[in-house]
Amino acid sequence: MTTTELIIQLLITGLANGLIIALIALGYTMVYGIIELINFAHGDVMMLGCFLALTIVGLCGGEQLSPWIALPLLFLTVPFFTAGLNWSVEKLAYKPIREAPKLTALVSAIGVSFVFINIGMFWGGLPMDVFGGGGSAASAKSFPDLFGWSNLLGEQSAVLLTPRDVMVAAVTIPLMIGLTFFINRTRMGTAMRAVAQNPTAAKLMGIDVDRVIGLTFIIGGALAGVASVITALYTGSIHFQMGYRNGMDAFTAAVLGGIGNLPGAVLGALLIGLVRAVMEGYVPNGGQWSNTVVFALLILVLVFRPNGILGSRVREKV
Amino acid sequence: MSDHPTIKIIARFWPHALLAIVLVLPLFGDAIATKLTPIMVFAIVGLGLNVVAGFTGLLNLGAAAFMAIGAYTFAICTVPIYPFQIGFWPGLGVAIMVGAVAGTILALPAMRLRGDYLAIVTLGFGEIITDVLKNLDAITKGTQGLNPVAAPEIPFVTYSISAYKPTYYLYLALLLVAILLCHNMRKSRLGRQWIAVRDDELAARSMGISPARTKLIAFAIGSGLCAFGGAMFASLNGTSIEPSFYDFQQSVVILCIVIVGGMGNVKGVILGALIMVGFNSIILVNLTEWMTRNGWTGNNVLATPSNWKFMIFGLALILMMRLRPQGLIPAQDVEPVTQKPATAGATP
Repeated sequence: MTTTELIIQLLITGLANGLIIALIALGYTMVYGIIELINFAHGDVMMLGCFLALTIVGLCGGEQLSPWIALPLLFLTVPFFTAGLNWSVEKLAYKPIREAPKLTALVSAIGVSFVFINIGMFWGGLPMDVFGGGGSAASAKSFPDLFGWSNLLGEQSAVLLTPRDVMVAAVTIPLMIGLTFFINRTRMGTAMRAVAQNPTAAKLMGIDVDRVIGLTFIIGGALAGVASVITALYTGSIHFQMGYRNGMDAFTAAVLGGIGNLPGAVLGALLIGLVRAVMEGYVPNGGQWSNTVVFALLILVLVFRPNGILGSRVREKV
Repeated sequence: MSDHPTIKIIARFWPHALLAIVLVLPLFGDAIATKLTPIMVFAIVGLGLNVVAGFTGLLNLGAAAFMAIGAYTFAICTVPIYPFQIGFWPGLGVAIMVGAVAGTILALPAMRLRGDYLAIVTLGFGEIITDVLKNLDAITKGTQGLNPVAAPEIPFVTYSISAYKPTYYLYLALLLVAILLCHNMRKSRLGRQWIAVRDDELAARSMGISPARTKLIAFAIGSGLCAFGGAMFASLNGTSIEPSFYDFQQSVVILCIVIVGGMGNVKGVILGALIMVGFNSIILVNLTEWMTRNGWTGNNVLATPSNWKFMIFGLALILMMRLRPQGLIPAQDVEPVTQKPATAGATP
């Protein structure tokens, strides 16, 4: 493999991973932008989405299912489930303590995350033939391979571009464009930006703040649902602890881009995806250190540039 | 708290009763004592986190990492494969020092951050520590852990290694020392500065308190105590265990200890350790064993009580935050000073 080919390969892997992280990061950054809460349970909502996706695919025939049936089926069910889940979390765990100090809500979010991790473990232990990966509830479950590993660039090419890479881009990019349009051009999007800027003023202007916050959680949850389907299809393996890892990647991305900033989250996610791809595909022994690098990056950004790369967030509530 | 006289008596005297019970319990058998000793260790770790999170109001999501630092420092100082082998007591001392230094190093850059960002930095620090311990397997033996580490010993007293009671009473004594230390620190000038910085940083600063210095000392002492607990835990188990034992989930378990009992309250931490660790390592484990022996668990993941651990800890956090954020035993000083206008500036 020549250097150019290696660079292209790392770019493909990195960008595909980055786009998935971006979908999760958008949920983090939208929620933080509106209520200044690190929604710790967000990654685990995505994890539960993966388990629902596996259950649906398994019940519909597993490996034999055509991707043309599976994809619409999954994208019509899983995002609704995760959106509803995220919305209920807000209503049950965050709304009652919205007036309390910020750390109270963060601890509550960690609690929700723990409950979801446990539910994920139970889900993996259901006595269904769907769950490959052994009888143990805690083991990783393999997701049916619906796309195969054929190379779209021809079998001779050293660079591997699989249908799953294309699927990631084809799903995430239109979604992000749609979200940008929604936030910038629609009435509800304007209301969301108003609440993010100043909830009290927004309320005085007649905006139903509770509804806007609920909608934010619904959109974030739906994006996490799409991310869960893509992740399950892309990596081919799901595990009840995956939410934490993916969530931390996404949160790092959101912070890196400037939390509360939507384009920033996508940019940060692409960077994290590339960093991971380089660590795992180029640096010798880099795979075992890639988490360390991501967390070190998170700490460095928080300490030295807490407003992120794009740094639009200047507001500081005293 | 209710004003009913019975409840008042319980509230007043449960620590004395608890002390009496733990003093005589080992006489009924080593089985109970072996279960109680880890609770004492986690109570010490909880006291360490309480200095940072309870007294000073800095949410630390990496308490387990400081435990790991203590455990591995102690292990490196005492295992036969390294030339140091300095023994139990010097090992504890070194572990505390390394823990305190690590806490200070983490706190130095993190002092500039607001509450939730600081929490995330401590979380990231914890993850990095466990990853480094796992990956540097030339030094730490990776997932095998370092062993055998030095066993607990009482100076000038010789007893057989298999006897459990001396260790039990030694650990109880160390816990009492830690309790006394935290209690006195809380009453000292330094402790009052911590509370002042927690309740109103701006007001504390205008009273001449340096928030940065106060927070740094809190981090150093708190991390030192966590490392102390980690070293004691390693010594108790005869091994540094393995890096993933000290992961984020362990940190949250320690956080639960502090939150359930009552943030900023020494008695609360003891009660929290008793409830959370006792529940986790005694009730759930024994219930699972008992049900398995009776053949009730089968292969059903739901019927195994120890699988409910995360659910219970998570629900404890959610419900505590919603219903009783000040904990089971609220600290006496939770109201911000600003709510008492007349005396607000009278005492530093």
